[in-house]
Amino acid sequence: MSANGQIIPSSLSISDLPWQIRWDQDKCTLCGSCTAVCPVNAIELGVFRKREIKAGTGFAEKPSSSQTVRYGIRQRTSPAYACVGCAMCSLVCPNDAIAPARNDGSDRLRYHINQGGQPRSRGGRRNDSSGLLDQIKFIRISMLTDPALDAGRHTFDVNTLLGRVLEPRDALKHQREHGWMPPVREIYPLVIGGMSFGALSPTMWEGLQMGVAYLNEEMGMPVRICTGEGGCPPRLLRSRFLKYVILQIASGYFGWDEIIHAIPEMKEDPCAIEIKYGQGAKPGDGGLLMWHKVNKLIAAIRGVPERVSLPSPPTHQTQYSIEESVAKMIQSMSMAWGFRVPVYPKISATSTSLAVLNNLTRNPYAAGLAIDGEDGGTGAAYNVSMNHMGHPIASNLRDCYVNLVKVGKQNEIPLFAGGGVGKNGNLAANAAALIMMGASGVQTGKYIMQAAAGCLGSEQDRCNICNIGLCPKGIASQDPRIYRRLDAEKVAERVVDLYLAFDMELRKILAPLGRSTSLPIGMSDALGINDYHTAERLGIRYVV
Amino acid sequence: MCRLFAVTSDTPLSPMKALEALDAMREGHDGSGVGLFMRDLGGPFATIKGAPILSGIFTDAGLKKLDALMMDIGFMTKYRMGIRLPDTPPEGTPSRDIYLIRAYDYPRAWENLAEEEKLRRLLKVRLQLREMGETDGDMIVFSFWPDVVMIKEIGDPLTVGRYLDLDRHGITARVIMAQGRQNTNYAINLYACHPFFLEGFATMTNGENTAFIPVKEFLESRGFDGYIGFQSDSEVFVHILHYMSRFLDLPLDAYKHIITPLNDATMDIHPNSRMLRLLKQSCRRLIIDGPNCIIGNLPDGTLFMAQDSKKLRPGIVGGKPGIWAFSSEVCGLDTVIPDRDKSKDVQPMHLDMAMVGPDRKEVRVCRQTDRLSRQA
Repeated sequence: MSANGQIIPSSLSISDLPWQIRWDQDKCTLCGSCTAVCPVNAIELGVFRKREIKAGTGFAEKPSSSQTVRYGIRQRTSPAYACVGCAMCSLVCPNDAIAPARNDGSDRLRYHINQGGQPRSRGGRRNDSSGLLDQIKFIRISMLTDPALDAGRHTFDVNTLLGRVLEPRDALKHQREHGWMPPVREIYPLVIGGMSFGALSPTMWEGLQMGVAYLNEEMGMPVRICTGEGGCPPRLLRSRFLKYVILQIASGYFGWDEIIHAIPEMKEDPCAIEIKYGQGAKPGDGGLLMWHKVNKLIAAIRGVPERVSLPSPPTHQTQYSIEESVAKMIQSMSMAWGFRVPVYPKISATSTSLAVLNNLTRNPYAAGLAIDGEDGGTGAAYNVSMNHMGHPIASNLRDCYVNLVKVGKQNEIPLFAGGGVGKNGNLAANAAALIMMGASGVQTGKYIMQAAAGCLGSEQDRCNICNIGLCPKGIASQDPRIYRRLDAEKVAERVVDLYLAFDMELRKILAPLGRSTSLPIGMSDALGINDYHTAERLGIRYVV
Repeated sequence: MCRLFAVTSDTPLSPMKALEALDAMREGHDGSGVGLFMRDLGGPFATIKGAPILSGIFTDAGLKKLDALMMDIGFMTKYRMGIRLPDTPPEGTPSRDIYLIRAYDYPRAWENLAEEEKLRRLLKVRLQLREMGETDGDMIVFSFWPDVVMIKEIGDPLTVGRYLDLDRHGITARVIMAQGRQNTNYAINLYACHPFFLEGFATMTNGENTAFIPVKEFLESRGFDGYIGFQSDSEVFVHILHYMSRFLDLPLDAYKHIITPLNDATMDIHPNSRMLRLLKQSCRRLIIDGPNCIIGNLPDGTLFMAQDSKKLRPGIVGGKPGIWAFSSEVCGLDTVIPDRDKSKDVQPMHLDMAMVGPDRKEVRVCRQTDRLSRQA
């Protein structure tokens, strides 16, 4: 604390902060890299004055004092400049002289992070590292009555369908009578989920698109990416790569002027249209792109003025009920592409998901339902929404699938599950568990950020500053000084890496189960968990 | 592992022939059970082709219940085959009161009904009997259909055949399907024993259907009351065959396209690619993953064999005009048709379906890469 400082209620010491900077004076070369790179200016050059008193041992020599000055790193303690633990300082330090460390005790910053009456908002995900999906085991291992397959030698058909799949009798009748067939896309079951256009930096966005294009065109994997709300770059809209893209529309309609104007010039139809009603990470909240990221380019693509925050309201202005959203939005979006493109809604997992699903089953144009569970990540939300709102994905998805089975529509409306897939790195295992509980495919966003671009966030409240455009890795920023840190080519490489690794892990799960001809959607007899009530709830085996 | 044997012959054969073939393959099965399906019957049933025959196992109390119900509906016994049993069954075979094979006259009230409606009602009666029997375990009903007899029991196939003295009763058939194992994937239950029968269709399977649950859930939710049971993962094969034929009106060669669709690259160059893609998508929940060798029989008498897409189970077809056999192993074939031209034996591979029509002139092998014989 400075000599003239005063102690106020929100005065904090370094001990009160969740992250403390450990700095080693002996190793530090005072190069300034750490202070330059810190996204939140939590550290600064510190000037430390030291008084030394020398007392001689004899009677002749008088005690003396001297002053020395040394330079080093000082951690700031005001709530606005609290360290976020991103460890960029360690990353750039040439001598390993600095690193953040988590406070072992309970921090007091949490009580003061609402300065000016503003509750804390942040990016990231729920601060809870536990996950049910990680506890699910695959127990139906093929042994002697049905030999296990060889993940490396056998061929596996794991593609899934996105679109309204007609019941066999109806499908044949439509074909006989040359009637309208709902569009169906055969896609890879792991979809890069919607992340708002403008939330991601140009290099991140470009890297994802390049990776997806490479997977499709070089590796033969029909991977799809959802744009998130906010539109799509005009050149991509008019390119052949659009067929790998799921365009998202939400209540803000951001970017849709650009998309609609591009329709006559589109070489390819998009893969699908996703109508976003909710996000698992901040259910019931609308989308939000904060002003920090609304630069000239993003503003132009979204069709808005520069530097204004862009909230999408939680309700569409035109919709007051599920009937209206189904009847109007799905119909309108289908009509825009001549009923050649699947249109499906995405909702936050909620105890009322079944009501939505039941309505969709009666709508011939509904091409599926994406359900986003509470563990999903987001670029901007209130802390309370992220930590305390939402519904776990597992039981929600299972209820929906079981309900579809009950009414005989389990092959007709594909369910796509998201929210916490790969939360702790177990992407393939989590995805396979959801697929065997009834998902036709899974959507993932956070894992892609972490694996493809090195996102530093965690469920221990690390970093999580995606909302203010200061992403230290250049993933979620529109500031060229920051996003030039991220090489789009390297992101593309990592996207390909992670998909190929996922594919191998998925085969390593399917092969011992004896499944290779089709994705084992709803193969619940293969799942087990060591908690009785969970097993009962999900309709899977209780194993101990 | 199961061992399967099926034969189709111009001359009616004794079911013991099929059991002998199973016995030749005894190293390949554990002798835990036997299932027999007989169609196009000879012997005493040859003259009453149109009369529905009830096959099952009953206790004395169950028989009383059966008689009361059949009287109530108006069925009159036309012919009854009594199987007299020795006092002690072979080891491992439960003691039963009555193995029933009984032909009935249709009720008077049904006389003016269309044939299709009569058959539909037969299914309802069978399901009703099955349900009644499940509460007290006093009735097990395998089939109730014209010109069809089924017998299932726990124990070694040949021993059970001799115990039931099948030769003595003069029961013969032109189409016989036999399987030599009790269901071992789930609890032992005679309903889980192959072959399975539904409205004129019958199948038996070697192997385990790893995609059982999604297939079962799809079938159960079709709203057809005949799709019940599922004590065995192999029961779905007869249901899929029935669904394909009755509800989708597709020819037999489409069966393989439903259960093991072609991969995309092969499908793209297929003459019926649009149709096949439609089937692959809309019947996605009926895709099986094997390992399975399926032998099946259609109401017109056609016998066929199909393999899963990885061809992980043995299967061979051979014979001569007038008599053809479908067997898990060649030794089973040798037992029943030793004088055939063995160079003409066929082992259907992962894309093949071997079939012998009711004329029994030849084995036709259709490949999934061939044009469909007919579209819906």
